[in-house]
Amino acid sequence: MARVRTGVRAMGAVLAAVLGASLVGCSSTGGKRAEERAARAAAEGRSAVDTPRWTFAMVTHSGDGDTFWDIVQRGAEQAAVKDNIKFLYSHNDEAQQQAQLVQAAIDQKVDGLIVTLAKPDAMKDVVAKATRAGIPVITVNSGSAESKRFGALTHIGQDESIAGEAVGEELNARGRKKALCILHEQGNVGHEQRCAGAGKTFDGQMQNLYVEGTNMPDVQASIEAKLQADKDIDAVVTLGAPFADAAVKAKRTAGSKAEIDTFDLNAKVATALEDKTLGFAVDQQPYLQGYEAVDLLWLYRYNGNVLGGGRPVLTGPQIITSKDAAELAEYTKRGTR
Amino acid sequence: MSTIAGPPAQAGTDERLLRTSTLRGLLGRPELGSVVGAAAVFIFFSIVADSFLRASSLGTVLYAASTIGIMAAPVALLMIGGEFDLSAGVLVTSSALISSMFSYQMTANVWVGVLVSLLVTLAIGAFNGFMLTRTKLPSFIITLGTFLMLTGLNLGFTKLISDTVSTKTIADMEGFDSARRVFASQWTIGGVEFKVTILWWAALVAIATWILLRTRFGNWIFAVGGEAGAARAVGVPVIRTKIGLYLGVAFAAWVSGQHLLFSFDVVQSGEGVGNELIYIIAAVIGGCLITGGYGSAIGSAVGAFIFGMTSKGIVYAEWNPDWFKFFLGAMLLLATLLNAWVRKRAEATK
Repeated sequence: MARVRTGVRAMGAVLAAVLGASLVGCSSTGGKRAEERAARAAAEGRSAVDTPRWTFAMVTHSGDGDTFWDIVQRGAEQAAVKDNIKFLYSHNDEAQQQAQLVQAAIDQKVDGLIVTLAKPDAMKDVVAKATRAGIPVITVNSGSAESKRFGALTHIGQDESIAGEAVGEELNARGRKKALCILHEQGNVGHEQRCAGAGKTFDGQMQNLYVEGTNMPDVQASIEAKLQADKDIDAVVTLGAPFADAAVKAKRTAGSKAEIDTFDLNAKVATALEDKTLGFAVDQQPYLQGYEAVDLLWLYRYNGNVLGGGRPVLTGPQIITSKDAAELAEYTKRGTR
Repeated sequence: MSTIAGPPAQAGTDERLLRTSTLRGLLGRPELGSVVGAAAVFIFFSIVADSFLRASSLGTVLYAASTIGIMAAPVALLMIGGEFDLSAGVLVTSSALISSMFSYQMTANVWVGVLVSLLVTLAIGAFNGFMLTRTKLPSFIITLGTFLMLTGLNLGFTKLISDTVSTKTIADMEGFDSARRVFASQWTIGGVEFKVTILWWAALVAIATWILLRTRFGNWIFAVGGEAGAARAVGVPVIRTKIGLYLGVAFAAWVSGQHLLFSFDVVQSGEGVGNELIYIIAAVIGGCLITGGYGSAIGSAVGAFIFGMTSKGIVYAEWNPDWFKFFLGAMLLLATLLNAWVRKRAEATK
């Protein structure tokens, strides 16, 4: 009994100490308070239209806790606020589960559906079911080849081959001779297309390196080993923002002179672009993919408008260098770029 | 059966021959706690989610439950037999890949691929059981090895043969339609779609229950899970029993794998990782003890149903999916605690 009481007393003392420290040691810059100020300063979430409150569901192939999809979701949510939409988001990286989630959205009789077709064959039947039920479907991010065939209104995304080709051209412009393409998800068709596209337009030599994307230390160690083994490599292209950071660390340890370039953006990439730790980034503007998908569904419901004329609407590639990075840093910090 | 307790035991009669009342009998069932849990989850989602009670939603929930339940039934038997199978999740994907690639590469009738897949999948199950009984290593280690090897083989072979990470479509080949009818068809009753996996699930649970409660093999399963040494001493064929249990898991993995293949006609090689834990969770929620020797197949079905209700109920309730895993973990703990409590009460009243 006595021991319990001392435990409680000790805990109380620790709590009091922490509270006291946080009250005394205030920071006048940054932190939670700055974030709250910014949020208050932003527009109060009110819709800009008086259309009925429709429900749109978005089902993606994202795994848990993915930065990219967080930005897509944010874009969709902000468009939903503006368009007076009730927005539902769900995701699963297993094809069967994703199909079940789409089915659940159909059961809920939503007024519009946004899906990713990373695994098109698994989504074929449920998307057809949605269109049969009279639910307008818009595909985002992946599946530009299947979108129209499955009966979707529009596809919004980036053509991965075109994005890859843009990278190859940029590398040529920077006078690179030997590049390394880091694939962090073995078996992702879009990633293969990016590296293949870059290899197509790049005049130098392009090699692929497969790493285990769910294990950051392993990613870094693999790139390190490769850079140590081959001193001629003068460019490393990663396919996701978090991996650029790992590549930079690997380059330092390996003492390599390679320039690190990456697909996608995040706050860290933006600052790294600014101080020229990174060469350039290729952005496919995920915010736009979410925002436009909701907005186009709203336009279809409200006015029967369809964008793209039966062709995919491209949100990328947009090459970002140190020149543009300063402006984007602010946007990446608030999680919209 | 009367609900009144039987006559008091005569001196000298065996206590196992005592007649117990129906209520007592029910209280002693391993799945009782999970049935209470399932009712609670059902009522909860009926209240918080408007679209949960729609008939079409029931079809979706049952389908989600059946895809887990098909695997959970043999996994429950295996756990009653005192062993684990961590390779069960990727084995489903392996089975689908073998079937699809064999048919495509040999340009054979799809049913040939399906049967070859059955043989190979059973061989992998036999390998698990054989390694376990031969090496005397814990099944956790053996099947962990199999799990990693299969994950690599799935990706490696698919890339080697198809040159991409998913298989090529076999939807235009002979036998596909009849195979799809068997493994991935659906029928509509009153506007609600029911998938054929629900039938497979019911059949597997019924067979597993019959084996467990009405056959000699069922007694062996309880015996080897309870105390393998003692079981061997009284003449139970421990090795044969354990290999048989792994073959059961392999057979169910084959059924699930064929369902995957014929509902989507293309298989992604990287999938299935992590599902083995879900099957184990379903069995544990259903009253299986992690130490073996106790549990039921019906319980695994209830566990799978709870899982299906929760995973889809969260969507119908329009909650943020970020919290899904948290609820799942909390539910697992609650269900297991409930099971333990109910079991204790039941034993106390004996």
